[in-house]
Amino acid sequence: MGARGREQQHAEPPAAAETRGPRSSPRWRRYAGSYFFLLPNLLGFLAFTLLPVTAAFVLSFMEWGILDHPRWVGLHNFNQLLWFHREAGHAAANDPYFWKYLWNTVFLMFGIPLSIAGSLFSALLLNQRLRGTILFRTLFFLPSIASAVAVTLLWKWIFQEDYGLLNAWLRGVGVAHPPRWLVSTAWAKPAFIIMGLWMTVGGYNMILYLAGLQNIPGELYEAADIDGADWWRKLRYITWPMLSPTTFFIGTMSIIAGFQGGFVAAYMMTGGGPAGATTSIMLYIYQNAFQWFQMGYAAAIACVLFGLIFGFTLLNWRLSQRVVYY
Amino acid sequence: MAAREIIELRPARPRRRPLGPRDAAVKAGAYVVLCAIGFVMAVPLAWMIATSLKDPSQVMVAHDQWLPRRQVASRYGPVYAARVNGVEVRGAEMARSPQGRALRIIEPRRMAGRILTIAANRTRPVERVHLNWKNYVDAWTAIKVESAFGGLLRNADAFMVFYLNSILVAVAVTLGQVATSSLAAYAFARLRFPGRDSLFLGYLATLMVPAVITMIPVYILLSRLRLTDTYWALILPGMFSAYGTFMLRQFFLTVPRDIEDAARIDGASLFGVYWRIIMPLSKPALAALTTFVFLHTWNDFMWPLIVIDSLRLKTLPIGLAQFQGPYVTEWHLLMAASVIVMAPVLVVFIAGQRYFVRGIILSGLKA
Repeated sequence: MGARGREQQHAEPPAAAETRGPRSSPRWRRYAGSYFFLLPNLLGFLAFTLLPVTAAFVLSFMEWGILDHPRWVGLHNFNQLLWFHREAGHAAANDPYFWKYLWNTVFLMFGIPLSIAGSLFSALLLNQRLRGTILFRTLFFLPSIASAVAVTLLWKWIFQEDYGLLNAWLRGVGVAHPPRWLVSTAWAKPAFIIMGLWMTVGGYNMILYLAGLQNIPGELYEAADIDGADWWRKLRYITWPMLSPTTFFIGTMSIIAGFQGGFVAAYMMTGGGPAGATTSIMLYIYQNAFQWFQMGYAAAIACVLFGLIFGFTLLNWRLSQRVVYY
Repeated sequence: MAAREIIELRPARPRRRPLGPRDAAVKAGAYVVLCAIGFVMAVPLAWMIATSLKDPSQVMVAHDQWLPRRQVASRYGPVYAARVNGVEVRGAEMARSPQGRALRIIEPRRMAGRILTIAANRTRPVERVHLNWKNYVDAWTAIKVESAFGGLLRNADAFMVFYLNSILVAVAVTLGQVATSSLAAYAFARLRFPGRDSLFLGYLATLMVPAVITMIPVYILLSRLRLTDTYWALILPGMFSAYGTFMLRQFFLTVPRDIEDAARIDGASLFGVYWRIIMPLSKPALAALTTFVFLHTWNDFMWPLIVIDSLRLKTLPIGLAQFQGPYVTEWHLLMAASVIVMAPVLVVFIAGQRYFVRGIILSGLKA
């Protein structure tokens, strides 16, 4: 039931509107009505989407400190960002921070499979026709609509190394030296992942899984019951394949969001530290553009990030042809 | 398609067999796990509320105290308890010396008024549950805005201004986006004009472009127009969206054409069809879009952070970030402010969650 199918259904005959009026009326008059509907959105679309997208690519070939005049520098930004130079006989990245922050971003995305598994698990539980399901669903969902800024502030307090709730508990169960979480280069990223899990497990993904689960025809399970399948086999051979489109959708959206993630948490909790351990690409772009006013360089990073997202989406699309069962 | 069943999220599968002992065990197990997950979800929120109600002196001391307590104070001083010769006594601290605390005994009655000096390490403070609501007042009034809304509010509490800004911006963006998107979606779904399909393809193509790409050029554009640090910078870019247009177009296509044709024959104008037929029939999709746009705008952090400098223009999220600056270690105030920012959305969500869940599913299915 894709868009194309519907369009074919409705393409003919033409709506009454279009055949009204004398043939001789000028073109613009004939279509004036249509453009009246389209224009507000189209102008906004041109000004705030199409023009900026084009400008971003042009900008990435420039050097521009917002106050002075933009200067064309060709591939310099990309060379600086992605390329290497020789240093004491070794290859060294021109911008080692970029690679470090890219790694940070990818590291934070390791939470995605955990989050998806948690969402699926919660959805399976909520689908058991138990009393009070709605209550649990509401509770699970709360973290994902709460203001992210307030949530990060709350977790900053929980992760606080001396007085935070988490370490109080860890000491309580006998961990003498609990991790110093947000001020530790080793534990800051896992702390981000833990907070991310709390925010996303019961969120949109769980609701989509719930909808997916209820879309599976009951006959499949009845047939499996007759064949004597246990719950694991039903999960493995019915539920999981029938949910694969949902999983694919959720996974794709999560990873696209993941590439652009980590901003609010880093800004509010760590400022990107300690020692850049929690700076994501998104924060790096923000810093370049709005703290150091290197608009061209920031645009170049944004373009590279877009390239990554685009490449990933294409790859994923290819992969889905084989893995997803429709 | 059984759209109702999906949307209502009620299990549609009939259960044939009666419940056996095995099923009961499974059910009990499911409850246990649900409660465990629920516990993990609830604890941070509860901790936020607990901290927000604590006495400032207790925040750093009582690491895992859930019910905020405060030391009882009497006319003569803070109250301590101790055991003296097997008798439990309570008294107000009159003075401290290296020998200990000089307590003016309150209980037991027969010793009342006497003063005992007890080694400090043998005394313990007498505490009582005390919800310190004043934290909310303190957080609310901590920062002042000299003048907001063109001088309409003077020397106003900052959070009041943040709230009004958030409401203003979120309502304007939502109304604007629903209006422009639905108009354009109607044109794409129903009208025929040259370039329609290629234009729509252009819209579709930009759905994939992440916001990070447009962020910098839009900022530059607005700053050239001298619109940064104004409400316009917060409202204008949010009013147009390819996604909203796409989603509504898909929905409009499912509205039966016959009704429109009948209305046209009865003399309705194009706008009349849009306003009296298409829009009322598309309420679920419009409600979904409204909810998402509103919530997204309400919680948005990065864009307001980029375009707004003045305190009087800040929305709640960046207002809270600003608040963190001077009060960075005053967790009772920070948590009170977080509750202030978070609570309305949660309350609205709990009240209207049926529509919300429906919206997620609708957009998830269409996407």
